[in-house]
Amino acid sequence: MNKREKLAELRHFVARYHLPDMRPPVPLGHDAADAILGGGLRPGLHEVFAGDWAAGGFAAGLAIRAAGTRPLFWVRPDYEALEYGALSAQGLLELGGHPAGLVLLRAPNAAGALSAGADILSCPHVGTLVLEIGGMPRSLDLVAGRRLALAAGEAGIAVILLRAGAQAGPSAAQTRWQVSTAPSRADDDDWGSPRWHASLIRHRQGATSDFFMQWDCDHGLFRDAEAAKYAPHPGAVVSAPAHGQTQARIAV
Amino acid sequence: MVEWLRIVPADEKADAALMMRIAQWCDRFTPLVALDAPHGLLLDISGVGHLFGGEAAMLTEVLQKISTQGLTVRGAIAGTSLAARALARHAPRSIVPVGGDAAAVAPLTIAVFEDEKIARALLRAGLKTVGQVAGRERSELSERLGRDFVTRLDVLLGAEEKPLSPLRPLPDLMAEQRFAEPVVARGVIDMTLQGLAQSLRGILEREGRGARLLEALFFRADGDVRHIPVRTGAPLRDPAVMLRLLNEKLDALADPLDPGFGFDLIRLEATLAEETKPVTTSFDADENARWQVEFLIDRLAARFGEHRVQRFVAQDTHIPEAQSVAVPAQAREFLGHWRNKRNAAANDPPRRPLRLFETPEAITASLSTPPDGPPKFFRWRQCRHDVAHAEGPERIAMQWWRGSVGESRSDLKDSKPARDYFRVETTEGQRFWLYRDGPDIPGGARWYLHGIFA
Repeated sequence: MNKREKLAELRHFVARYHLPDMRPPVPLGHDAADAILGGGLRPGLHEVFAGDWAAGGFAAGLAIRAAGTRPLFWVRPDYEALEYGALSAQGLLELGGHPAGLVLLRAPNAAGALSAGADILSCPHVGTLVLEIGGMPRSLDLVAGRRLALAAGEAGIAVILLRAGAQAGPSAAQTRWQVSTAPSRADDDDWGSPRWHASLIRHRQGATSDFFMQWDCDHGLFRDAEAAKYAPHPGAVVSAPAHGQTQARIAV
Repeated sequence: MVEWLRIVPADEKADAALMMRIAQWCDRFTPLVALDAPHGLLLDISGVGHLFGGEAAMLTEVLQKISTQGLTVRGAIAGTSLAARALARHAPRSIVPVGGDAAAVAPLTIAVFEDEKIARALLRAGLKTVGQVAGRERSELSERLGRDFVTRLDVLLGAEEKPLSPLRPLPDLMAEQRFAEPVVARGVIDMTLQGLAQSLRGILEREGRGARLLEALFFRADGDVRHIPVRTGAPLRDPAVMLRLLNEKLDALADPLDPGFGFDLIRLEATLAEETKPVTTSFDADENARWQVEFLIDRLAARFGEHRVQRFVAQDTHIPEAQSVAVPAQAREFLGHWRNKRNAAANDPPRRPLRLFETPEAITASLSTPPDGPPKFFRWRQCRHDVAHAEGPERIAMQWWRGSVGESRSDLKDSKPARDYFRVETTEGQRFWLYRDGPDIPGGARWYLHGIFA
């Protein structure tokens, strides 16, 4: 092998070395959901909508699954902390996440958060990115959503776009979830684990469905709340607690 | 009477501020600038004269540039600071050749000592010039006028002196570019920075160090100096990375870089540097990944500000809002104090919420049954929440001993009473963290909502 060939081979090696390894889907733990998703959460854009505070925990769950041991970037404009509270590292630990890998970026506004998101996706070693953009800022339009979806796909990173109190419009996301909190069973002594009615209302690569999920803090994954012998609270499905959840359902 | 004469009281503060600005401006001539209060400046120009075409040319340039700004200035160059100072005041524009200090100051009058008492004592002894004083025995002078005077006299005459105490710590890791014609174009500035980054890399490599704090200094022709600091998470040497961080910072400036009539000097310095391992690019996959994530954090910090990019450090306290502290993500030295696993039995729900309000929000709660139990319902942000499950109280005592000095004990007790926390779930399934500020508040307990569980 002459020098030039050797050099070309090394170049090829280096180029391949720097490519993001195509990440396989990350199973959520909830069997039915994993089956429909084709194995779990894939790289790309995933939207989480909720009328109330349920979305934060659900998005944190998805992020813990997707990040694994890699760094978790959480980006939010300043105003979100006033509305929904500041992100607590202690709380993340309680959910079975890794606070040591958490990097929080407080952007001055939604446009700043979006451009930071693009920057973060340029690094292939990021575990996952949560973009928390509540309300309906003008900067998050269809074009911005497409751009984000494209960047997420190219980077091979699962991006979770958390939209509390927002109306769902058209977008280029892989999946879209509508989430509401579910009460614990009335006679449960260990009440208080996060539980949600999570509807997969949009799915690019397959069917949609409704799931009843419970978060397992010990193992850091989703479980089937029914299989855990927890009956859904009768009032929960019809209740539409706060701002605009019902409208969101109609809009989709 | 002179009618147009205006009398203004002396403003010493403003004078001092002006002197400080002139001193900073003089940074363009040498990094070693010291204030000689109240109205003098000392520039250590050892080894920089040739950059300006010799000492004479340099002196002319300094004096001219300052006087074109509307200031009256006198200056001199000598071997020691005291000699230069005396000559600037009493024989301006003198330039003393090496070793010629004693001869140069000899003809000056004893007024250069700037001390009435000493001047009187010397006059009484019949000494009128520095030369005459210098001719006397040191022991004699020391006896009459004190040791300090002798030391000062020797420095004035050219003896070794202690180094200047400069305004800024001396950056030994720096590269700079001077312009004969002030530059305005961004293209030229970018190219200059590129060149400076290259030179700085060479210097850093020789020293085996990398920059943790980079500073770009832009000296404007009209005297303004702009500092652009960029912090990095890891010792940095790569010019491309330096440029990228600098550009992020320059693009994000709220108050953009204004060249005015142009910059006549641009400097890039590593104000803080750390030892690096000799190899910065590694083929170890983990190392490479970590480095790339750190570079990403540096870029975000340059763009959004260091305080906006945060990591969390676990703290050894039981006060909920203080259990983890957000630190700038670039401060790597704080990392690695988290437990890997939460401290709980199997199937336990989270005991601490994912969301914490920085300022707990006041709520109105129904009377609790039993008296120190949870409320049956409460109102928060105009919505009624009925409590289905509750766990508590968990008493968390505030750190009353952390109060500021001077407050009386009773004040402290009022300002930071113990809190009784309750974990509650509403009938709609929302899980909140509430607290009541202590059981012994007169006029009923106040309730707050502190956090939201997932």
